[in-house]
Amino acid sequence: MADSMQRKVVVTGLGATSPLGGDLPSSWKAALEGRSGARSITADWMGSYELPVTFAAQLAVPTADALARVEIRRLDPSGQMAMVAAREAWADAGKPDVEPERLGVVVASGIGGVWTLLSAYDVLKEKGARRVFPLTVPMLMPNGPAAAIGIEVGARAGVHTPVSACASGAEAMGAAFEMIRSGRADIVLAGGTEAAIHPLPIAGFAAMQALSTRNDSPELASRPYDAARDGFVLGEGAALAVLESEEHARARGATIYAELASVGITSDAHHIAAPDPTGAGVIRAMRAAVDAGDFALADVVHVNAHATSTPVGDVAEARAIREALGDDADHIAVSATKSMTGHLLGAAGALEGAFAILALRDRVAPPTINVDELDPEVTIDVVRKDPRPLPGGDIVALNNAFGFGGHNVVVAFRSV
Amino acid sequence: MAQSEQEILSGLAEIVNEETGLAPDAVQPDKSFTDDLDIDSLSMMTIVVNAEEKFGVRIPDDDVKNLTTVGDAVSYIQSAQG
Repeated sequence: MADSMQRKVVVTGLGATSPLGGDLPSSWKAALEGRSGARSITADWMGSYELPVTFAAQLAVPTADALARVEIRRLDPSGQMAMVAAREAWADAGKPDVEPERLGVVVASGIGGVWTLLSAYDVLKEKGARRVFPLTVPMLMPNGPAAAIGIEVGARAGVHTPVSACASGAEAMGAAFEMIRSGRADIVLAGGTEAAIHPLPIAGFAAMQALSTRNDSPELASRPYDAARDGFVLGEGAALAVLESEEHARARGATIYAELASVGITSDAHHIAAPDPTGAGVIRAMRAAVDAGDFALADVVHVNAHATSTPVGDVAEARAIREALGDDADHIAVSATKSMTGHLLGAAGALEGAFAILALRDRVAPPTINVDELDPEVTIDVVRKDPRPLPGGDIVALNNAFGFGGHNVVVAFRSV
Repeated sequence: MAQSEQEILSGLAEIVNEETGLAPDAVQPDKSFTDDLDIDSLSMMTIVVNAEEKFGVRIPDDDVKNLTTVGDAVSYIQSAQG
């Protein structure tokens, strides 16, 4: 038997609910068509707080369309979205027969149950402690979605919730990868979820001047790498993957999307919110992923970039990609799908990881929309307007995800 | 003003349905909340608080543990309304 540290990890199921669609196939189709998920917010709270931003990339299909009423009551919106994505991914993998002690769950969130926390505080203030819903704490805790999914599928190898702001979803893929590589589990349901389109996070991000204020044209607001970008567009949703040891997947005859080949993780130790302008941490993370993987730099043909559409962040990442990949960056198709989905925070790395996997399967890089005039400081090969075919043969896609706090995560997927 | 047992039963069934998804018809006086309806203590607290609001009564925590069956709860609410 091979050394457990050499176990290969493959992707055998995928699911998502996003601003582009109620499941992953519809989300991916919309991404290839270059559609924007950003819309004006019509919720009744919109007029209440003089919010400087009045739009977001909201779910295309409400979770109430997919879950029972009691599930809606007992799960925070972030848990609802995660459950929808988990069921799709689990079914997509063929509902594998696996020992509960060999099945794990890693579902990340950047912010946690913010809707539950703040709604319960309103109840407390207005009606007193006795009226606070007894499930308030399990609903607001960041590990609530992971735990609910663990119960759903009967996972007893361990349930985890990495929290690293907007790198969380990718970090979940990394943690699941390590669980399988180290022999702790044969299958792990892994991904991220976020439901933070709530006035408080909007106010907080707006106070940082992190959000685009193109209130009159939401669909044009998320424009990574464009010279006129002015901030990110808040998104929501969840994406999960079924990761599995290759031997387990082969033994049960599972359909394999791709291999999760390697993960690179570093931290900046620079600033709590601003990216390191030298990009040193990002460069190290990208190189770590390439060095750790059993592939050559020349095999890397696609990067799903973090690129959120902020003036500082996009340029810092573009420079880091150029530095990390060198002359190879000339032929690497870089896509910024946040131009269409908005920024799903703790789910971003998971959804973009799923897009990178489908890019390998379909041999096509999705477009980056709204790049009317490429920022002259961006010297990488950005896929604009239309999807671009990727080459045949053995190819690799990288997914970048970075978070407030200086978290850098790079996940490498390889075609099968 | 006290409501009839039937009014309280159907109101309680609505609350149980809202909280657990159980069909209102399943909520009958002889049913035990825990053994028959599989309602856990957290759900029971939610049902009690919602019942207090709906029926305009107060059900102290110490009394909740004596409410074994749906019928117990209906009787308690009716006498509390009286």
